[in-house]
Amino acid sequence: MTAQLDPKLIPRTVESQTVAVKVPREVNITLISSITIITLIAIWWLVTTLGWIDALFLPSPTAVLQRFNDLFSNGYMSISLWSHIGASLGRIGTALIAAVITAIPVGIAIGRNKIVRGILDPIIEFYRPIPPLAYLPLIVIWCGIGELSKVLLIYLAIFAPIVIATATGVRSVDQAKIRAAQSLGASPMQIIKHVVLPSSLPSILTGIRIGLGVGWSTLVAAELVGASEGLGFMVQSSSQLLATDVVIVGILIIAVIAFILEIGLRRLQRKLVPWDKQSQ
Amino acid sequence: MAVLTVEHVQAQYPGAEQPVLKDVSFQLGSEQLMVALGASGSGKTTLLNLIAGFTQPQAGNLKLDGEAIIAPSRDRGVVFQDDVLLPWQNVEDNIAFGLELAGVDKKTRQNRAQALLKLVNLEGFGQRHIWELSGGQRQRVGLARALASDPKILLMDEPFGALDAFIREQMQCLLLDVWKSTSKPTFLITHDIEEAVFLATDLIILAPNPGRIVEKLELDFAKRYANGEPARSIKSDPKFIEMREHVLSCVFIQNNQDQYHVAQSDQAQVEKVE
Repeated sequence: MTAQLDPKLIPRTVESQTVAVKVPREVNITLISSITIITLIAIWWLVTTLGWIDALFLPSPTAVLQRFNDLFSNGYMSISLWSHIGASLGRIGTALIAAVITAIPVGIAIGRNKIVRGILDPIIEFYRPIPPLAYLPLIVIWCGIGELSKVLLIYLAIFAPIVIATATGVRSVDQAKIRAAQSLGASPMQIIKHVVLPSSLPSILTGIRIGLGVGWSTLVAAELVGASEGLGFMVQSSSQLLATDVVIVGILIIAVIAFILEIGLRRLQRKLVPWDKQSQ
Repeated sequence: MAVLTVEHVQAQYPGAEQPVLKDVSFQLGSEQLMVALGASGSGKTTLLNLIAGFTQPQAGNLKLDGEAIIAPSRDRGVVFQDDVLLPWQNVEDNIAFGLELAGVDKKTRQNRAQALLKLVNLEGFGQRHIWELSGGQRQRVGLARALASDPKILLMDEPFGALDAFIREQMQCLLLDVWKSTSKPTFLITHDIEEAVFLATDLIILAPNPGRIVEKLELDFAKRYANGEPARSIKSDPKFIEMREHVLSCVFIQNNQDQYHVAQSDQAQVEKVE
């Protein structure tokens, strides 16, 4: 007896069919980003040139460029543009350094010690989502309208992301690496110095990048209080005078500086943690 | 004389119904290469962690040169399954890491690292980054690092488990070369039967539920390799194949018996509920 095979079970040969494997095309992200920016500027130029939007609300790119030249030559409110930039950078720089110095040890302590985590975690998680503008009045009452309150506001905004990133990095350190160090005779402090801190570095650097971004966002709020110079002050006061072109110049300068710092931090991250694929 | 003494050790994880290790006893002498072989759940890694001092037993004693093991120490060099090297350090610094922790000066550290690189056939790799190395090369660095502090005993936690078959055999031979040249008492755990039979001068077979020693064997294949016989010749020797099959049947029978007992126990539980 001949066994009957179900035709459905017989594999069919694919004849004269070419199965093409799609090779993903190289995508030039820089080119796409450049085209996006050029398109946005072109739209901006078009809507302002055709008069679709009043110059009071949106001045033309040419007007903004002229205002930038004017501010660069004559400054704003008798203070040079460089002084405004320097004042803002000084505040952010001071706050960032203070945040890095304090947030990294706190993050390590939270990541390594459950008691410290129990004490500090709710405090940080409580204030972290509050917008800086909400607790700004409290800081003014406590610290006055001097430089301290401005730096403190930016510091608090930067502090939380760095603490959280550090603690996350510390908690995700490979336990086998810690055990390996223990078996080589490492003390608890040596484990932190030689294993925990370098292992957490990619996460810490990401936290600093996020913190710096938040710091720039807080700058304008910080310079609301009794400031006479700074990019945030420039944007605030010019908006009250309906000088939209100065507002846009201020915003663009903040964006460019923040972008340059972000690029610098990314390069630093690549240099400091070349083993971390996610940082590359 | 015994370097390592394990006496009536029992270990149990919190909340577990039965111990992961029960009444485990053995001695490891100088110049011995002991292999603990067993299926998953037989307590091999727990046993190694106890000897390393990473965890403590619920009962029994572990002693190294007569001193109780109570914490990790540089007396016990550990090679892990994953290399766990430090990627921010180069190969030489990784090898000398234990010496750096001990405060040894840089020149001595470098000399020691160079000697160990030669021992594990990685001469010229000292300045390489860790991520530039293959899996087998990383394990050689891990082995060199464990030896750098001149420990009293070498502990190896399935060190070749992540390597392919070709590299694995090369690494087995390298380990025997290192063992021969350093005479370092070594305790290695594996679930690879051929590897266990080839490497062990003393083989202990562990069975699960609870983890216990079911057979101890003295073997001479490692010594034959150390005396110059090629690995392939040893592994194709009928005596080796016979021993491998004996060990295999021992592990297989134990596992089947265990599964049978578990099934019986489950059945009894079901009947009790009904």
